[in-house]
Amino acid sequence: MADFLMPSLGADMEVGTILQWLVKPGDKVKRGDIVAVVDTEKATIEIEVFQSGVIENIVVPEGQQVPVGTLIATIRTDGEVAPSKAEAKPPPRLPVEAEPKPERRPAPPMPAQPPSAPHRLRISPLAMRVAMDLKVDLSTVKGTGPEGAITRADVERAAKAAAPKPEPAPERRPAPAPIDHHTAMRRVIAAAMSRSKREIPHYYLGTHIDMGRAMTWLQAENLKRPVTERLLYAVLLLKAVARAALQFPEMNGYWIDNGFKHSDAVHVGVAISLRKGGLIAPAIHDVDKKPLDELMANLRDLVKRVRAETLRSSEIADATITVTSLGEQGVETVFGVIYPPQVALVGFGRIVERPWASNGMVGARPVMFATLAADHRASDGHRGGLFLAAIDRLLQEPEKL
Amino acid sequence: MTNDEIRTLILRELRRIAPEVDTGQIDPSQELREQVDLDSMDILNWMIAIHEATGVDIPETDYARMATLNDCVAYLRERLK
Repeated sequence: MADFLMPSLGADMEVGTILQWLVKPGDKVKRGDIVAVVDTEKATIEIEVFQSGVIENIVVPEGQQVPVGTLIATIRTDGEVAPSKAEAKPPPRLPVEAEPKPERRPAPPMPAQPPSAPHRLRISPLAMRVAMDLKVDLSTVKGTGPEGAITRADVERAAKAAAPKPEPAPERRPAPAPIDHHTAMRRVIAAAMSRSKREIPHYYLGTHIDMGRAMTWLQAENLKRPVTERLLYAVLLLKAVARAALQFPEMNGYWIDNGFKHSDAVHVGVAISLRKGGLIAPAIHDVDKKPLDELMANLRDLVKRVRAETLRSSEIADATITVTSLGEQGVETVFGVIYPPQVALVGFGRIVERPWASNGMVGARPVMFATLAADHRASDGHRGGLFLAAIDRLLQEPEKL
Repeated sequence: MTNDEIRTLILRELRRIAPEVDTGQIDPSQELREQVDLDSMDILNWMIAIHEATGVDIPETDYARMATLNDCVAYLRERLK
């Protein structure tokens, strides 16, 4: 029997709320399957399992908030025999949170939903969260999405229709305040960034990179491609950082328990700002090994899912280095704050046309300012400078990326 | 397609990409990117959506001709001829 615990999805997560179980006891799961949707105060995340087997018990019900590490389900792993009735005793590690502590923020009332089959309501995580915020009874909502799925608009319509009615039950305890995601987002960013600045001795470096070759190559490449297959220059930057990180292992990994643990895989966290405020930096996996087309598809998919709030747990938890590209918003320079326990963050500013002297000649070139914020416990400025120079060199040969 | 139909389509796809935008407030003769917070990924997704809805594949080199909402409508009307 394997315990399935509320995962830690990054340094800034302390608690998670189960929004929805996508499996029920008896369901077969395999490693990597998405089994639940969890609200981490920063985003709605799809949680994957790490063992293959059969779901034995769902311990934490939908709507309940529990600390990271709490037992939320048990899985009978492949090879184990189903326990007979007599053996089927409750799991030994009872969840601390079986009874919600009164001082905790009470879980929002889950919309009435039949406890068993049909268990799986067709609804997006975003719509589910809106339903919780607006306290909409999902059993009364008619879905208009694909296959009758309930969309956010359906929920908001239902909320509007229900709005004129006064709150029916004043004698019951007051309804919990709806989750204020803006406040929650600021709080988790504050916690992670304060920890970063408290614990990580940052050093900062910056250099100008001539983007002429990269942009010329990209424009020619995109002219050949239909709109659906076009590349953004961001993928060149991601690939260059990942390839450089292979040569400078001290930039890629985690500072844990007073020591640096290098990662062989390069999972690049991409800082993506959220339209409603705040940001999140999910990872694209194995960036060093993927061709640009695949990276572009990954990046598009990731941005789409960040906006639709359907990120997966593995993407949130395991970036080994982060890239931020604030240039889009117009600034020429960004010095990042390292996301613990990572040890480096590469920042790219806006590409601007500047006079550029080379071989005794001055010409106008598209120039970008690249920066490195790195952990001085794991590396020194000398190596950091060589790392930035390697990124520069890789961007001068875009066709090889 | 009439100008109004083109405008409706463009704004519908824009709202999908930037749901917080009140498209009624957009000044059609002002630069769009000064009024709506769009990054290059948003622009690309918007172009893909317009392509899917109309069949028009807009090359990057023509983005400059689509700075304002009025420009976008004029450009698409020409391409749809």
